[in-house]
Amino acid sequence: MQQALNRALAEILAEDPKALVLGEDVGRLGGVFRITDGLQKRFGVDRVMDTPLAESGILGMSVGLAMAGFHPIPEVQFDGFAYPAVNQIITQLARMNYRSRGTLPMPVTLRVPSFGGIRAPEHHGESLEALFAHVPGLKVVSPSSPHEAYHLLRHSVAVPDPVIFMEPKSRYWQKGEVNLGHAGPVEGAKVVRPGRHVTLVAWGAMVARCLQVAELAAEDGIEVEVLDLRWLKPIDAAALAESVGRTRRAVVVHEAPLTSGLGAEVAALITEHCFDTLRAPVGRVTGFDVPYPSGDLEDEYIPNIDRILFGIQRVLEYRRG
Amino acid sequence: MDNSMDPAPLAPEELRRLYRLITAARQLDLAAVAWQRQGIIPGYAPALGQEAAQVGSAFAMDPKRDFIFPTYREMGAALALGVDMTEYMSTHKASWHGGLYDPVRTGFAPIQAVVGGSVLHAVGWAHGQTLNGGTGGVALTYFGDGASSQGDVHEAMNFAGVLKAPVIFFVQNNGWAISLPTEAQVAGGTVAARAAGYGMRAITVDGNDAPAVVSATREAAAHARAGHGPVLIEAMTYRRGPHSTSDDPGRYRSLDEERRDAGPDPVQLLADRLLAGGLADRDFLDAALEEAKDNAERIREGVEALGPRPGTEMFDFVYAEPTEALKAQARAWREESEHV
Ligand SMILES: Cc1ncc(C[n+]2csc(CCOP(=O)(O)OP(=O)(O)O)c2C)c(N)n1
Repeated sequence: MQQALNRALAEILAEDPKALVLGEDVGRLGGVFRITDGLQKRFGVDRVMDTPLAESGILGMSVGLAMAGFHPIPEVQFDGFAYPAVNQIITQLARMNYRSRGTLPMPVTLRVPSFGGIRAPEHHGESLEALFAHVPGLKVVSPSSPHEAYHLLRHSVAVPDPVIFMEPKSRYWQKGEVNLGHAGPVEGAKVVRPGRHVTLVAWGAMVARCLQVAELAAEDGIEVEVLDLRWLKPIDAAALAESVGRTRRAVVVHEAPLTSGLGAEVAALITEHCFDTLRAPVGRVTGFDVPYPSGDLEDEYIPNIDRILFGIQRVLEYRRG
Repeated sequence: MDNSMDPAPLAPEELRRLYRLITAARQLDLAAVAWQRQGIIPGYAPALGQEAAQVGSAFAMDPKRDFIFPTYREMGAALALGVDMTEYMSTHKASWHGGLYDPVRTGFAPIQAVVGGSVLHAVGWAHGQTLNGGTGGVALTYFGDGASSQGDVHEAMNFAGVLKAPVIFFVQNNGWAISLPTEAQVAGGTVAARAAGYGMRAITVDGNDAPAVVSATREAAAHARAGHGPVLIEAMTYRRGPHSTSDDPGRYRSLDEERRDAGPDPVQLLADRLLAGGLADRDFLDAALEEAKDNAERIREGVEALGPRPGTEMFDFVYAEPTEALKAQARAWREESEHV
C-alpha cells in the first residue's frame, strides 16, 4: 500500500502543476512512513515541502494556498496530531467554500495515517472518522487495499472539496495487486465478498479482518457478505440498502469507540432503508469507550475475529421477544 | 515612533482622497451603530477610532494583485478597497456569514469571526505568489492585540519568516480585547517586539495618523514585493466606545479613562493637517462630510432593501460537488417548507 500511495502522489505531482505535498518530514526523509519517499528529489522543495512542526500551520497554510489556486495535499504525521489542526480544519477548511458563496473552493486532500494495530505510542493510533464525518463541508474516505489506496487517492485529489484521506497504517506494508488501468468505480461502497446470510460493513484495516472472518464462517456454512464502505462521508446508503435488503442482517465493525461512532450512522441508515426486511437489529462490533490503549492491550481493544464472529452469531440467533 | 523607513510623502491629491475615505468610514461606522439601535441590523462591530489604521493600510495596497485578509472589524479597509459596502454590511444584517461580496474579484477575503483564523491563510496565499513565480502580490492580514495570543498567529509568523513569504501582519493594537487591556494580554508589552524572534522586520506606527499608516504600509509592501520577506506593522490605536453593539465598556473602564487614553481623533488629525498645509479648505471638508453622509444613507437603503436570503442557499455552497445525502435533505426541506 505504501508503494501504491507513493506512486499515486508521484503521478498527481507530475500531471498537476498546481498539486503540492506539504507536511512534517515529507521531503528529505520521505515521511515517517515513507509515503512521500523520493518525491522531493524528483519534484523539488517547492512542490514537496518540509514545513515547520505545526499542524494548524500546515492546514491553515493549505487553505491559503488553495485560495491562491493550488491543490495542496498536506500530511499530518499521525492521526493523534491532527487534533492541533482541528480548528483550522473545521472553522476554515470545511467552511471556506460556504463562507465565500462558492468562490473559494478548497480542493485540499489531507492525508492522515490512521487507526491502530501497530503497537504505537499514545496518540499514534486513533480513529477520527466520526469527528470529521460529522463536519459539513468535509468528505472522508479510507482505502482498504493497495488498489483502493492508489485509485481513491487519485480520485480524492480530483474532488473539488476537502477530503480527509484516512490511510490504515497497519496495512501500509500489505502487498497486493494494483490494476492501474482499471480503477472500477471510485465513489461509494464496494462489495468485496458476496454472501447471503449477513452483511459485514467495514472500512480501512477492518475490511481485511472481516474477509478473514467470512472465510472462517464459510466453514460453518454461513455465507458472509463484506461491504467495504470506503467513503465515510458521503456514506453510500444505496449500497447498504441493496446488500442488507438481500442478506436481511447486518453487523458494523469499526475500531473507533462505540458511542456516537460511525456504526450508529450506518445502523440508522440501514434501519431507515431496510426496516421491513431486517431480521435482527443492526449489530455493532467496535472499539470500547476508552482512550486508544497501549500496545499490550491493543489486541483486546480492536475488534478481533472472535468478537466479530460473536457479533454475527448474535444477529443470526436473534429472536423477536 | 519607529521610523527607520523613509517614505515618500503623499501627494496632495492622495491626501485629499485619503481624507474623503476616512470621513466616509467614520460616517458609515456611526451610521451602522445607529442602524443597530433602530433595529435595521442585529449587531455590528464598531471601528470608531481605527479609521486611520484601516483606511490607511488598505489605501496602500493594490487590489489588482494583493489580497487582504480581514477579521470582523475591517469596515474601513473594505471601504478603501472599493468593496460594495451594502454587500459588506450584509454580514451584519445576518444575510450571509462572510458577506455577500465576491472575495476573488475584490481581493478581500470573507469576513472572519475566529480571531487569528485567517492569519495563516495569508501566509499560504502569499507563499502561493512566490510559487507562482513571483506575481508581486502581497497579502495583508489584520488582527488585534488579543488575537496575537492565538497559537495560529505565532505559527503564521514563524512559517512566514521561514518561507520569506510576501505578507504584512497588520496589528491594530486598539488597547483592548473586549475587556482585557493590552498589558494583560501581550507579554513583553508590544506585538512588534515579537517580530525579531521570527526574523522579521517590524514597524510601529501611530495608528491615528493616516498618512503615516499609508507610508508604513507602502514601505512594508515594497519590502515584501522585493522578496525580502514578511513585515509586521503594529498600529497603535484606541477602540473608542464598545467592542460590539452588545458590549458594555462601563464594566471595565470609565468614560474619563476613555477620554484620557484615546489620543487624537484620526479624522480630526488629518483635517487639521490638510488645513494647516493649505491642501484643503473648510469647503472641501464640508463637502467631504456631506458626501460621506450621502454615501452612508445610500448604503442604509441598500441594506434595508436586502430581502431575506432564499432558504435553498443554505444548501448551495457546502460543497463544490454536493453529496447525494445533502441534495436529498435540500429536496425534503423544499417539499416540507412549501407545505406550511
Ligand atoms: C478564537 C476566538 N475566541 C474567542 C472569540 C470571541 N472574541 C471575539 S472578539 C474578541 C476580542 C478580540 O480582541 P482583538 O484581537 O484585540 O481585536 P479587537 O476586537 O480589539 O479588534 C474575542 C475574545 C473569537 N471570536 N474567536
